[in-house]
Amino acid sequence: MTVRAQQFTELRLDGVSRSYGAQTALEGLDLTIKCGEFVALLGPSGCGKTTALNCLAGLLPLSGGSIWLDDKRIDGLPPEKRDFGMVFQNYALFPHMSVRRNIAFGLRMHNVPKAERNKRVDEAISLVQLGEHAAKFPGQLSGGQQQRVAIARAVALQPPVVLMDEPLSNLDATLRLEMRTEIRRLHQTLGLTTVYVTHDQEEALSLADRLVVLRSGSVQQIGTPEEVYAHPVNRYVAGFMGYRNMFELNVIESNQSLVVLGADGFKLTGVNCEDVGAGGGIAAIRPEDFVLGGTDANRLEVTVEIVEYHGRDQSVQGTLRSGEPIYFRTQGRVAPGDAVTLSVPQDRVLVFSPDSAPPPDPAAT
Amino acid sequence: MTALAEKPPVTPTRPALRHRLAERGIDRTLLLLVPGLVFIVVLFLYPFLYGLGLSFTPDQGGGPFANYQKFFQDPYLRNTLWTTFELGLPAALINVAASVPMAFKLRRPFRGKRTLTTLLVVPITLGTVLTADGLLEFLAPSGWLNKTLLAWHIVDQPIELVHNYWGVLFSLIITGFPFAFLLTMSYLSGIDPTLESAASTLGAGWWERFRFITLPLLAPGLAITFCLSFVLAFSVFPSAILVGDPSGETRVISIAAYHAAREQFDYSMGSTIAVIMTVSMLIVIAAVLLWRGTLYKGATGGKG
Repeated sequence: MTVRAQQFTELRLDGVSRSYGAQTALEGLDLTIKCGEFVALLGPSGCGKTTALNCLAGLLPLSGGSIWLDDKRIDGLPPEKRDFGMVFQNYALFPHMSVRRNIAFGLRMHNVPKAERNKRVDEAISLVQLGEHAAKFPGQLSGGQQQRVAIARAVALQPPVVLMDEPLSNLDATLRLEMRTEIRRLHQTLGLTTVYVTHDQEEALSLADRLVVLRSGSVQQIGTPEEVYAHPVNRYVAGFMGYRNMFELNVIESNQSLVVLGADGFKLTGVNCEDVGAGGGIAAIRPEDFVLGGTDANRLEVTVEIVEYHGRDQSVQGTLRSGEPIYFRTQGRVAPGDAVTLSVPQDRVLVFSPDSAPPPDPAAT
Repeated sequence: MTALAEKPPVTPTRPALRHRLAERGIDRTLLLLVPGLVFIVVLFLYPFLYGLGLSFTPDQGGGPFANYQKFFQDPYLRNTLWTTFELGLPAALINVAASVPMAFKLRRPFRGKRTLTTLLVVPITLGTVLTADGLLEFLAPSGWLNKTLLAWHIVDQPIELVHNYWGVLFSLIITGFPFAFLLTMSYLSGIDPTLESAASTLGAGWWERFRFITLPLLAPGLAITFCLSFVLAFSVFPSAILVGDPSGETRVISIAAYHAAREQFDYSMGSTIAVIMTVSMLIVIAAVLLWRGTLYKGATGGKG
């Protein structure tokens, strides 16, 4: 495999901002990306992740900050001078060109001699396993194949950085999983530095070396998938990482590491994640961390309302005595109307301060 | 299990007549076509065929093709065809060529876009006569343009821009441009702008993006725009008389037809000229559409 990434040390974003009139789409993004790293920008629609990517690609001018590739400042360069590869959400394949000509386009624009160009196009085509479709037009390909062409086109130039804007969001579920593995495989074989934008936390967790969680234009947390998944810094990130239950409760007592919260008839002890003192606190719990029955100190009385069958387990929506909804998953069998007791280990209850960001809109996640 | 086997065999029944007709596209919605069909038959097909027949029955006798022979043998008549081509082709080309950069610029939203678009489209509403009137005022030897040019000593003599070829060409451009512009703009807005973004991330500068991405995708639309602009310009009549030189330089084919039918009362000859006019337009359109057939005409929206 001779498709190789160009070498550099780091790509640095220094307070990159972008606003549209009075509206700030991206606010002071600081991020250093090392050569070969796979970074995912994660957030719901409107969080500024695509704006960040377009700024990086040069498709949008910055309203503040600077972008550096090692010692070279690149934020003033037009996209055609940056030489970053980009994969668009709708693929943006040239409909009037065959797969081959699509992939060759960048090389043609860079005046790569014909022999060399053909060789590199062949390599890119075999890299994404599209050999038999090389002469076809984009309109004749399936979504997954089009996505492969888009990726091949972006990497054929051996760019220092590849930018991907929600590349899997237009694919169906099975294909999405397949292409996810494909992208991971490409990253591993080519060592391409990749900046990947997505609203799907599972995609981000499975692909990236590092996650950047964004919300309304500002960074919430930057960390490895393990860090972000296990230790979200605030309720917003927690909500995004699958902590679907967020109970706003009163603080009964708290110290550096633990908080006891309570409300009408139940008490929850959890990990103090955000220096929660007196007043209110938010207990964030993943649906899969509840245990049916159980005698742990963290007990909740729940009336089952809606049960969804998932094969291995069931996804259940119930209500607490207070009337608040609660979501849990269980491998046991429950039916609507059942009264059950749930318990949750105290290290699986994260307590955040209510002052920080509200949870994301579930419709957007 | 046994119950299944004991079931009587299902006899295949013919679907109802309604369903069989609907399968072939025959249903009550066909009635929607009636007004259009009546219109075409009564107001187009019948007069056209009548005229066609008339053109083959010359008033002076001499066989069915006598009028056609006369048209192509008489230079005074024959030349009207070339005169019309000399006006129609450049006017259509200029209109299409000018509309591309304008539409390109106006494709993205910006301040004052509506005002500018309105200004560009207003000439449609003016009508040929008003445009001609304006041109006479503006371009005449004593008009503002010549006064300005003289005052600035750019020319010594007023330049002749009306009552000749140029006057008619200007008039055709002014009245034809809005059509070309609106059509081009709608074709251009059908091209996904991310294609250009993609091309730029691959290293294409603005000219290469236009040359390799936008233009090839726009070309089929431009072909249609050209055809329509050409047809509009080819049937030029009022401006050829008002701002042209209707007995000389801008004696176009429609004037010849009018002259034959309305001044010499030779309806047959008038019909002949009209048929020649139609066939000439069809030849140009066929040539353009033939070329268009070689172009990519599929989706331009990026998504496959």
